[in-house]
Amino acid sequence: MTVAEPDVGEVRVQTIATSDDVVRARQLARNLAVECRLSLVDQTKLVTAASELARNTLVYGGGGSLSGALVQDARRRGVRLTFTDQGPGIPDVDLALSDGWSSGSGMGLGLSGARRLADDFDLRTTVGAGTTVTVIKWTH
Amino acid sequence: MEGGSGPGKNEVAVKLGSSDHLLGLMTTRRDELAAAWIEVVSQTLAGRISRAELDQELHELYAALVEALRAGGLDASGEHYTEVRALLAELSRNRARQGFRPAETAVSLFALKRGLERLLDDGSADDVAAYLALSRLTDELGMFTVDSFAASREQIISSQAEELLELSTPVVKLWDGVIGVPLVGTLDSARTQVVMEKLLQELVDTGSAHAIIDITGVPAVDTEVAQHLLKTVVAARLMGAECIVSGIRPQIAQTIVALGIEFGDIVTKATLADALRHALRRSAQRAALSVGDAA
Repeated sequence: MTVAEPDVGEVRVQTIATSDDVVRARQLARNLAVECRLSLVDQTKLVTAASELARNTLVYGGGGSLSGALVQDARRRGVRLTFTDQGPGIPDVDLALSDGWSSGSGMGLGLSGARRLADDFDLRTTVGAGTTVTVIKWTH
Repeated sequence: MEGGSGPGKNEVAVKLGSSDHLLGLMTTRRDELAAAWIEVVSQTLAGRISRAELDQELHELYAALVEALRAGGLDASGEHYTEVRALLAELSRNRARQGFRPAETAVSLFALKRGLERLLDDGSADDVAAYLALSRLTDELGMFTVDSFAASREQIISSQAEELLELSTPVVKLWDGVIGVPLVGTLDSARTQVVMEKLLQELVDTGSAHAIIDITGVPAVDTEVAQHLLKTVVAARLMGAECIVSGIRPQIAQTIVALGIEFGDIVTKATLADALRHALRRSAQRAALSVGDAA
């Protein structure tokens, strides 16, 4: 699961510290998706993935930040969103990515769902140091 | 004003911090100064506030300032300035409500310096002291104005947020025995709580057997929103009512599938009309059944 290194446009950053920031993160994702001219379905998928990941950053990572940018490779344009926290990290990534499992009170579909909603998905985590999740949605 | 040899440095230094001359100027040349002040302010506000209103507001403030200056000197945070601060707070509140910017609010005070400038043409030591005294006063009171402006705006924003929460969650009667909840905007825990309470109460009050939750206006359905919806439906079921979720647009349907959310045996429909038709058919069936039982 590696994310290719495309050309990156201007990076926008949103702090995620309160539940209002989850809404702002979602708006940032929506604005980028519109600018990238993603289809309505892809816009909705990206915004929903952003919502899940932002909430994870807040609830499980204890807060962090989102940086988003328009990206471009040889063939297509896309939106890249990177969620970073300095939280406890994820001890068992495979378990965390399995459907229906949650260490909290959610449905256990957020992380695995976000992976299905995005085109590219990259998760790096170190126990005790934090988690970084990067997703890209490409135009088709 | 005295001309002559001009003031020495020491003389100025002695007069700094003294408000006597300022008070003198503000009292003896009251009409001139107040008029110049009001003119500057009305120019910057460019007719967005009526001249009469501005006249009254600033004259009141002017009188309070003179009074405070006489009794309390330049100590703008002291008790003698209570009246001035109250008037400024009121002014800030009004400006915030009318949609002015903080700078446009603070200028009401700083413009007093511009007004005084016009009266000081010979630049004597007394005049310099008066100007500096006023400058010190307006700086401090200006800060206060900006602070009260920000506080008023915060208050407006938080009350709007509350109003919005109320506004955006109406429960409407669609038909005999069918109520509807059109949801618009983000569905978070606080909203869900309000929606659920209102919905359940309305079910009891109207004796309805069907409730339709319409999510046409919800921009994205993520796992949290879905979880809130499911809880609401389950709560309604416990009360013997049947819930239908309508307004599932194509992009939302695809997203829900990709996320892996299962709505189980909850009835979902694309449009509110479909949901209403379903609810009516179900109540007709129910009615037919009860007629059958009676026969």
